[in-house]
Amino acid sequence: MRSQPVILVLLVHLCISSLSSSLAISPGEGYTVNGRVKIRSMGAQGLVLPGKLSNIKVVLNGGQRVTLLRPDGYFSFDNVPAGTHLIEVDAIGYFFSPVRVDVSARNPGKVQATLTENRRGLSELVLEPLREEQYYEIREPFSLMSVVKSPMGLMMGFMLVVMFLMPKLMENMDPEEMRRAQEEMRSQGVPSLASLLPGGAARS
Amino acid sequence: MSLGPMMQWMQSILHWVNVNLKANKGNVILVFSKGCLHAVSSIDGEVLWEKDLSAESIEVQQIIRPLGSDMIYAVGFVGSSQFDAYQINAKNGELVKHKSADFPDGFYGDLLLVSSDILVSLDATRTSLVTIDFQKGEIIFKKTHVSDIVDESFGTAVLLPSELSGMFAVRFNTLLVFIKVTIEGKLEVVDKITNAAAVSDALSFSEGQQAFALVEHVDRKILLTMKLVHDWNSDLLKESIAMDLQRGMVQKVFINTYIRTDRSQGFRALIVMEDHSLLLLQQGEIVWSREEGLASVIDVTTSELPVEKKGILVVKVEQSLFEWLKGHVLKLKGTLMLAGPEDIAAIQGMRLKSSEKSKMTRDHNGFWKLLIVLTKAGKLYALHTGDGRVVWSLLLPSLRESGSCKRPTGLSVYQWQVPHHHAMDENPSVLVVGRCRPNWDAPVALSFVDTYTGKELKSMGLIHSCAQVIPLPFTDSTEQRLHLLIDAEKHAHLYPRTSEAIGILQHEFSNIYWYSVEADNGIIRGHVLTSNCIGMVDEYCFTSRELWSIVFPSESEKIIATATRKLNEVVHTQAKAIADQDVMYKYISKNLLFVATSAPKASGEFGMAQPEESCLVVYLIDTVTGRILHRMTHHGSQGPVHAVLSENWVVYHYFNLRAHRYEMSVMEIYDQSWVDNKDVWKLVVGKHNLTSPISLYSRPAVVTKSQSYFFTHSVKAIAVTSTAKGITSKQLLIGTIGDQVLALDKRYLDPRRSLDPTQAEKEEGIIPLTDSLPIIPQSYVTHALNVEGLRGIVTLPAKLESTTLVFAYGVDIFFTRIAPSRTYDSLTEDFSYALLLLTIVALIAAIFVTWIMSERKELQEKWT
Repeated sequence: MRSQPVILVLLVHLCISSLSSSLAISPGEGYTVNGRVKIRSMGAQGLVLPGKLSNIKVVLNGGQRVTLLRPDGYFSFDNVPAGTHLIEVDAIGYFFSPVRVDVSARNPGKVQATLTENRRGLSELVLEPLREEQYYEIREPFSLMSVVKSPMGLMMGFMLVVMFLMPKLMENMDPEEMRRAQEEMRSQGVPSLASLLPGGAARS
Repeated sequence: MSLGPMMQWMQSILHWVNVNLKANKGNVILVFSKGCLHAVSSIDGEVLWEKDLSAESIEVQQIIRPLGSDMIYAVGFVGSSQFDAYQINAKNGELVKHKSADFPDGFYGDLLLVSSDILVSLDATRTSLVTIDFQKGEIIFKKTHVSDIVDESFGTAVLLPSELSGMFAVRFNTLLVFIKVTIEGKLEVVDKITNAAAVSDALSFSEGQQAFALVEHVDRKILLTMKLVHDWNSDLLKESIAMDLQRGMVQKVFINTYIRTDRSQGFRALIVMEDHSLLLLQQGEIVWSREEGLASVIDVTTSELPVEKKGILVVKVEQSLFEWLKGHVLKLKGTLMLAGPEDIAAIQGMRLKSSEKSKMTRDHNGFWKLLIVLTKAGKLYALHTGDGRVVWSLLLPSLRESGSCKRPTGLSVYQWQVPHHHAMDENPSVLVVGRCRPNWDAPVALSFVDTYTGKELKSMGLIHSCAQVIPLPFTDSTEQRLHLLIDAEKHAHLYPRTSEAIGILQHEFSNIYWYSVEADNGIIRGHVLTSNCIGMVDEYCFTSRELWSIVFPSESEKIIATATRKLNEVVHTQAKAIADQDVMYKYISKNLLFVATSAPKASGEFGMAQPEESCLVVYLIDTVTGRILHRMTHHGSQGPVHAVLSENWVVYHYFNLRAHRYEMSVMEIYDQSWVDNKDVWKLVVGKHNLTSPISLYSRPAVVTKSQSYFFTHSVKAIAVTSTAKGITSKQLLIGTIGDQVLALDKRYLDPRRSLDPTQAEKEEGIIPLTDSLPIIPQSYVTHALNVEGLRGIVTLPAKLESTTLVFAYGVDIFFTRIAPSRTYDSLTEDFSYALLLLTIVALIAAIFVTWIMSERKELQEKWT
């Protein structure tokens, strides 16, 4: 039941956008490119806050012309000559793919738009962000693990191990084995540097 | 923004008319552009009607709408001597009447509406005033010679564009004359004011009265007078306000009204100063001011802060003992909780002043510096990098309008004197180069400014032109850097003008080379000094000779971008160890020049050229020998090209028409002549070729590697981080079309990236190849801010090796500190000192506990 209104809204959207996002011949030397920027905020349906929308700029051909959005998200460029053009959307907080727009003199009224990032064709010029942009790294919440993992934590951990586990290990060791090990060490004397090196060990 | 719409606006007049055509369309904005009059609704921007007047080739000067009528008049000139008036119905754009008349003396161009039916203009010689009555049956011209109404003759007149009903203002040099138009159409002088700076438009307020503001300069103050338009002797307001001399003259004044608390009428004035700052005046005080001049930065350089001098603090305290005492009393009050809100604010201010961030002395890490910023208004600002405040500002006298210098413009700022040996007792200074007129053969004006005090040390003006400024790598005994100024005739002028400087230059005479780029002709030339100028007494002038030139074929290549290495860049090591225990040697030369050319057809706008006919060619050129070290062609690509050259690599951004995406390419150049010298024995025996002379005729053995990647955004500016020793890895700073600054690791732009790097290469830090460069939102150095209208990015090294200071400017200015490979040489700000202390305390406690425990155990063992 809940999906019905959503579909309806989409249908309305489609109707409106297919009507508007087209090329019209203007009396001047070029054509008019109409389009729309649509941003759905995460979770909730609908557009972003109007204040945020007013800061969005639509840029034609790398800064040749700049336009702003109308409150409903529509924009248009007048007198665009026939050829291949690039439209970019500049909106803080969102990542938009630039759009390649072909304005052809042969069949006016037809828009051909392709997202350059993923080469996806658009049936009409409705630009939606590919993703939201998060400019700040999220500070990790305090956790015991991070304290333990820090150099200081490791230091303390090692100390605790030495303090409490080592005596236990020493106790559990077989006294005879210990004596043997001590004798072995004495007989070898001071280990020479050569025997420590991998080459030296191989030779011996 | 782009130039296209700007060009359109320059030929257009915007006129705001209150015509309520339809209830829901609000007011109508009338716009004249490209010979066509448009009526635009102010509610939704709909074009209500348009009237094409282009057939008449009229330059519309004014659009007039008499009160309470539905008619509008578009008046203007056709050619220089014909006056035309169109009467148009504002509701539908229908042409009602068209009148035209010839004025044989010609017009100067300005047209000012004085009353509802009378216009005022100047004749072509600017010595007569012409009144035009256009609403009656015929257009009537009436010419009045200036000397007939003003006794003395003052030369040429300038009409002020202020709209004062029934009156207008004319400026003769320093004199401002208010002239009234009587009902019979006669001109009468109302008053003459000598020091007047600006006049506002008339503003209607209660009971149909109209007032205007007049601003005069008196000594160090400005005098703001509000007068009634119809009663000259009534002064509604007379205020005098002390004004900082560094703000210059008042350029414009705007007024509005408000109701005071005692219900009387009050006036506010917003004034625009010569340095482009904005000030709001109310009740004889400056309510607020904004340094809008900083929105038009031309050039930036830096200066170190003063070294902290021991003992100076005591002296300062003694000087202002009272201040010091007061401060302490305030602080005491604060600690005893006795301070009121004002005192608390004062304490806060004092804390801020004495805090580490805003100190006026050099810090250990080299984070705090002075940014010396030259703006379009000819003002020099020193900004503190700690808190961004203006430490001092100076309206350069050499860049102010004067009789001989009509439209001066600042060009650039250079570090003139950077004392290291005498850092304690000498102040650093900067050189500001400006021109009298915008064209490049105009005479040059030089200023030398102390960066600590902000005072002009000396200035020189009107000597020769300046096409190029070359800071030489030599300094004299007072650590002044030698500069060569190349004029339009290719003569080199040496500064400072001392005999010592000449001595230094003579010593290095044959080692000085420079190049010039003539983008319009497609030629790059190399030059060398020859001898003193012939026929001139000036011993600081030298002639030059062309050493080499590279001519690009004009039909297929047009120079669109060049890039060189920054003069102060430090390279840590020439060797680069690569994966298989091998070494590559970077080709590091200060004389490397990157040039990008494009097919002339594709150098214009986008979408004009087909991929087949556009082609981008990039060159690496040695500027001493003129040799092309490398040349590469990108087929199907076009500009604009933004490039940055650093160490042995260049990164450039361009547009690929085939893929219809932006691309960034990297080109690295390596020296091959070192390859044979790797054997230590050869070096010892002396069989190496390191000492072999560098010759113009021997081809340097170099090898280049390059690779291209897609990049999503358009680019406005590109820069590279610079650090004190050049050890830290580099990041590219890319100013995107969204006015953000993105930091991109140079590792992503490594020509040695491959699809699957070997284990050894991975260890070296080579990233697997991808077709496009990643845009990681967290690596925007501007975060969620944007630097509106971004134009340039400047990087400066801090004293701390890991850190780079970044300054980006446009309409906004932005400063930050970044660490391209994290702060490896200092603790981060969020380092937990508490945890460190806690650990130490815990360790000490543990030592004691274990010691006591072991003692006890030992004792127990002894007992058993």
